[in-house]
Amino acid sequence: MDNPYLADITRGIFKENPIFRLVLGMCPTLAITVLIKNGLGMGLAVIAVLTCSNVVVSSLRRYIPEQVRIPCYIVIIATFVTIIEMVLQAYVPALYAALGVFVPLIVVNCIILGRAEAFAGKQPVLRSLCDGIGSGVGFTLGLLLLSVVREIFGSGTFLAETNYAVQLFGPNFEPMRIFAQPAGAFIVLGLLLALTNIVFKRLQID
Amino acid sequence: MNGKLVISSSPHLRTIQSVQSVMLDVLIALGPVAAVAIFLFGYRALITMSVAVFAAMLTEALWLRQLNIFGDGSAAVTGLLLAMTLPPDVVWWIPAIGSVVAIIVGKQVFGGVGNNIFNPALVGRAVLLTSWGAHLVGPIWPVPKPFHFMADISAVSGATPLAGEAEALGISLNQLLIGNFAGCLGETSALALLLGGFWLLYKGHIDWRIPGGFIGTVWLMGTLFGGGFYENSVSTGLFHVLAGGVLLGALFMATDMVTSPVTPWGKLIFGVGCGLITMLIRLFGTYPEGVTFAILTMNALTPLLDKFTIPRKFGEVKQVA
Repeated sequence: MDNPYLADITRGIFKENPIFRLVLGMCPTLAITVLIKNGLGMGLAVIAVLTCSNVVVSSLRRYIPEQVRIPCYIVIIATFVTIIEMVLQAYVPALYAALGVFVPLIVVNCIILGRAEAFAGKQPVLRSLCDGIGSGVGFTLGLLLLSVVREIFGSGTFLAETNYAVQLFGPNFEPMRIFAQPAGAFIVLGLLLALTNIVFKRLQID
Repeated sequence: MNGKLVISSSPHLRTIQSVQSVMLDVLIALGPVAAVAIFLFGYRALITMSVAVFAAMLTEALWLRQLNIFGDGSAAVTGLLLAMTLPPDVVWWIPAIGSVVAIIVGKQVFGGVGNNIFNPALVGRAVLLTSWGAHLVGPIWPVPKPFHFMADISAVSGATPLAGEAEALGISLNQLLIGNFAGCLGETSALALLLGGFWLLYKGHIDWRIPGGFIGTVWLMGTLFGGGFYENSVSTGLFHVLAGGVLLGALFMATDMVTSPVTPWGKLIFGVGCGLITMLIRLFGTYPEGVTFAILTMNALTPLLDKFTIPRKFGEVKQVA
């Protein structure tokens, strides 16, 4: 992989996937992946915030003093989270209600601060943009994987609460409710971590 | 002497005991319990137990890719123990899914037999309980019909002693001892459970400290805080020991050698902890029964207990801090 921009994107998706490789941002990962709709919504919100904050942090990296860089990053991130929060509230109030406190909590999401600290604070703007997109997409894919498993087993539906909702099993189906509960989130995450480790090992990505 | 000089590192003393022989002993110990369950609840009990055992053995054989379906016997024990914690008339797919979860999530993901942190059968039950609670702890339980193998037990139903006030149900301590009351397969007959427990004690597979601490604490808590709704408070304590899953849990599940401490004091603390959590859930919690969560919680503390209760070696001087 010679192209550094392409490498920045794919690294966030595979080699340094926020959920399965870095195990960052576990709070929203475990909490909101009950339905695919919530997982996708959270993922898109994080992509938007992460990309914007990476670009701004990177472009200001020469002007931010080393000693107070964390507060500066937080101010930048919080600005974009507030924008996203207002957009969600205005255009998709149902999703906003479902995600609840986890939208404002994107401010303290480890992935976003982690990318600002580890990458955007030192790298040029365009590469930081690619890194933000890559990590955001990687996070979103992880959320989707988790929420697909949890929704199918925990509710017996696919894409519930959307226009494409499908009832997968018959009316007599009794969903395995533990998957919709926090305990089930931990079990699914653990099993998926193990599974991705096996797959990555086989494909020798790591 | 065949003239060969064997040079090898220790251990030099060997035992004929193996994982398989221990598991066979546990299966033998569960024999009376299973027999009483079939005697009381008829063919439904037999179906539940068979499905659970077969599903557990099949899952393990498939996971390990081995042709011998019995293997080391640990899967059969897990399946049977899981079945013991289920109601007699449960739908057939409940024990099946429970066994699959118990073997995969409870045991194999940790590396198989001997490496699991939590008791597999209880992991299976906990998942079932949180997923399909209505099937497991419904307010209506089948009442046993002894001597009627083909009886339709679901036709007559009552409440378990723990759920309802035992006084109102008119269940005497004698009845609890024999097991002629509504409840899960393996928790009704105290006598059969004690018989199996003594067999395991005699064979040296379990230590008295865990069941002793467990049962003792439950009795003490029941006597002190049980409200004394029986004839007197001591019998109320006994009621808490005999009703529900305390004996099954204390003798067969808390004593699981993989998931319980190895040090003497660790075992005692483990047992007392199980009893305390069980009674806290029973007396002050929302669930009528707390044995499952009590043992699982203490399982998680096992490495810590082992670490803090290492016995002092002979001659070792206590370190001054």
